[in-house]
Amino acid sequence: MAAIDLANPTRFLKFANRTIPWLGGVTVVVFAFAINQAIVAPDDYQQGATVKIMFLHVPGAWLGMLGWGLMTLAALGTLVWRHPLADVAAKAVAPIGAAFTLMCLVTGSLWGRPMWGTYWVWDARLTSVLILFLLYLGVIALWRTVEDPSRAARAVAILTLVGAIDLPIIKFSVDWWNTLHQAASVFRLGAPTIDSSILFPLLLMTVAFTLLFATLLIAAMRNEILRRRVRTLRLLQASAAS
Amino acid sequence: MEATSHIVFIVTAYAAAGAVVGGLTAWVMLDYRLQLGKLADLEKRGITRRSAPAAALPAERAKGKT
Repeated sequence: MAAIDLANPTRFLKFANRTIPWLGGVTVVVFAFAINQAIVAPDDYQQGATVKIMFLHVPGAWLGMLGWGLMTLAALGTLVWRHPLADVAAKAVAPIGAAFTLMCLVTGSLWGRPMWGTYWVWDARLTSVLILFLLYLGVIALWRTVEDPSRAARAVAILTLVGAIDLPIIKFSVDWWNTLHQAASVFRLGAPTIDSSILFPLLLMTVAFTLLFATLLIAAMRNEILRRRVRTLRLLQASAAS
Repeated sequence: MEATSHIVFIVTAYAAAGAVVGGLTAWVMLDYRLQLGKLADLEKRGITRRSAPAAALPAERAKGKT
């Protein structure tokens, strides 16, 4: 099946029904291995055992940003091609991206208290991630406010494109401003600055969380397609009754 | 010593992440069951899509598990 075939909602449902069970299974297996590696990873020479919080915090940050990146692509699909599956994808990603951004904020705060002496500081990195979380909440609220899904999709697409400005701000905030948050140590020019004994479990956890993200996204898109079918059938029922 | 003093932050972080991921997974699964139930209810009342072949429906529904 070519990727373009999945742009048809009915074909996407078939794809989702086939894919979700084995993708979920792979996710569980990778998670089991990744968590084991995270537990046996050595303490950092400066941060001690709290470095294990990084195995949650970094995937949360990556997936929070990935979610908005996918929403931005979907917004282009909505505004340029007016494709209904782009609307479905945009709506399905929002709560998942919001959840991972929340995970990033909470774990970062719990990591900051023992390392920085404070749960929160209004520096550029933390504030820009908080703004991303608030943008997610705004998008979710907008989907719920406008009843017609195609009208809601256009409004959400515009908000999403405007909000995409936050992504480079998050990424480069630690370079552009003086921040308490450390500079990039994995995704940077040159080699990562983390020792391989900690980098390996971090990458494994990132892969595990990304697989979970993909599984949940496909499942949430399937739910949204079904929800739209329910809505269409109810509209048909109402018009037949009147 | 250091690990002991920081253990509460580590455990809380993993518990919070577990709650977020678990909550999200549960919500997606429950939503799926809810939508299938609504579709089954509409189908029982004879309201179906004109172009809905059985193969296009979710596997559980096609097997009559709902």
